[in-house]
Amino acid sequence: MGSIDSNFASVADHLGTREHVADVLVIGGGPAGTWAAVRAASLGARVVLADKGFCGTSGAAAPSGNGVWYIPPDPALREEAMAGREQLGGWLADREWMRRVLDQTWDNMLQLDEWGYPFPRDEGGTPRRGSLQGPEYMRLMRSRVKRAGVRILDHSPALELLVDDKGAVAGASGISRQAGERWLVRAGAVVIATGGCAFLSRALGCNVLTGDGLLMGAEVGAELTSMEFSNAYGIAPAFSSVTKTAFYRYARFLREDGSVIEGASGHSRSKIARALLQGPVYAVLDQAAPDLHDALRLAQPNFFLPFDRAGIDPFTQRFAVTLRLEGTVRGTGGLRITDKTCATSVPGLYAAGDAATRELICGGFTGGGSHNAAWAMSSGAWAGAGAADYARQLGSNHVARHVHRAGSTAVRDTGGQVLDPSAVASAVQAEVFPYERNYFRHAERLQDSLGRLDALWHAQRHSRGADNTRVIRAREAAAMTATARWMYRSALARTETRGMHKREEHPGLDPKQHHLITAGGLDEIWTSTRPATTPQPEALTKEAA
Amino acid sequence: MIELVSESRCIACNLCVSACPVNVFDAVPDSPPVIARQDDCQTCFMCELYCPVDALYVSPDADRVGIADESLLADAGTLGGYRRAVGWTKGSESQRSTDQSFRVLNKY
Repeated sequence: MGSIDSNFASVADHLGTREHVADVLVIGGGPAGTWAAVRAASLGARVVLADKGFCGTSGAAAPSGNGVWYIPPDPALREEAMAGREQLGGWLADREWMRRVLDQTWDNMLQLDEWGYPFPRDEGGTPRRGSLQGPEYMRLMRSRVKRAGVRILDHSPALELLVDDKGAVAGASGISRQAGERWLVRAGAVVIATGGCAFLSRALGCNVLTGDGLLMGAEVGAELTSMEFSNAYGIAPAFSSVTKTAFYRYARFLREDGSVIEGASGHSRSKIARALLQGPVYAVLDQAAPDLHDALRLAQPNFFLPFDRAGIDPFTQRFAVTLRLEGTVRGTGGLRITDKTCATSVPGLYAAGDAATRELICGGFTGGGSHNAAWAMSSGAWAGAGAADYARQLGSNHVARHVHRAGSTAVRDTGGQVLDPSAVASAVQAEVFPYERNYFRHAERLQDSLGRLDALWHAQRHSRGADNTRVIRAREAAAMTATARWMYRSALARTETRGMHKREEHPGLDPKQHHLITAGGLDEIWTSTRPATTPQPEALTKEAA
Repeated sequence: MIELVSESRCIACNLCVSACPVNVFDAVPDSPPVIARQDDCQTCFMCELYCPVDALYVSPDADRVGIADESLLADAGTLGGYRRAVGWTKGSESQRSTDQSFRVLNKY
């Protein structure tokens, strides 16, 4: 980023702001943020962690059972694990990053064991570390963050980043919503670990994930990537928030009349989406042998909670299902990572977890479940270390830097119009929830949606927030709007079907589009391409020639 | 969605006010917290896990508000049921390490 936008406002425009000084500010207190905070603190950095909700319960991991991409360091097993999803991901992942993540995840899981995570043991007494129960995991991470001397700001959504005169990120400011005051952290470096964007779909744990970090990053010039891989939908009982899909491997999917939807499965959700466009869809988990039922309950207690409370036996009784959008949370799009420290394209800004792209290990196919969990703990640790190192090089004088606020919209009382944030959010949802728009994409419908989304962005551009609650909501709505626009611009730019991105008028993979799509910008959104690093099978290339 | 803060069980510790990631509750001096923003509830059930006296009930319905019947829920063992399932009550601690994912989901 070059010179400072003259629209950037001074930091001195809010009275009653509580100021903090840190070497590293971590925004977001889920798995990625907590690993970043612990690692940065272990390197001697003074760390502040600001979470929109409560560090320990916030985000997609905390309420969930989490499989982890945890593979023993045996070359054959690792090779199998890396090859397993390469085709699904459209050959867009990067082998070197996969290796790094598998190594780091192995180390981190051993670390969790040492910290006292209660891993189960098998009959032989061997600890089995391939799964993390979210409540237990994140309670432990919170206690490790505190033990590391990190200052935690709960219920403190960040609103905008601060940048110095050269455009380097120098902190952030936000609102402490329960105290009713503003906060501002001057920091040497910032780690964005705010998660992805699930568009307030009420998918499990996802309503804090509104793309806030993507917007804040883009406002300082950070690039996004793989944003077309953002149309993940999770299966849930129609009445429920619990979008945990692993056990639908034991399901049959039925129409109203009881006929089986052939080919529909937890892995093949497009059949379910197609059927839902026609009428209700039901599932019954009757493919799970009765002697498995107890083990399934012990593997994911949260999965059974809604059924038990609704009086449904999912193993024998059919129940209506729906697909809730999980957007970039289970997609792979996010802030572009430019080096092994998880730096972004802006000095002083690092990204980790679902706020960062997962393309490096998943390519274009969902990082949901085990890959995202492994990525969060690995990228978190790297970003924390990278940010601490960057801050140390700046030296303690970083606090003396002259800083500006980088927020683009809805953050200041500029005299603009006050919009109803929930109306804006609903308008975005109307473009990104429908399966016929986002799951099954077509240029006409993408353009159609983009027309309205662009107008919605420009209407918000000069709006203001009115009061603290409205400002938080307005920023969420703006982040959702911006995220939807990066998604659909990127989706338009990929005129093929690859990974989870499906274009109805381009149903096949086009070997000539073996590239990654970068996106950025706010008022004007741009895209460009970068070559992928993993070769495509020769057969595909020959076919095209 | 969150439907119940039991007046009889609540000890006004306000842990739920802190623990709720979407800020549904408001603390009230010397009283149980109130469900101030029910529509913001994301039905993640985390508040139940952090309530030390099993005073909270989150209905499984994510989109509709209902009315909880406290005595029915108490009689059925629903209050505190999720906390026991994850091993976070006195007496259920052994549940913390019974994750069977390695048998039914992943190899390791």
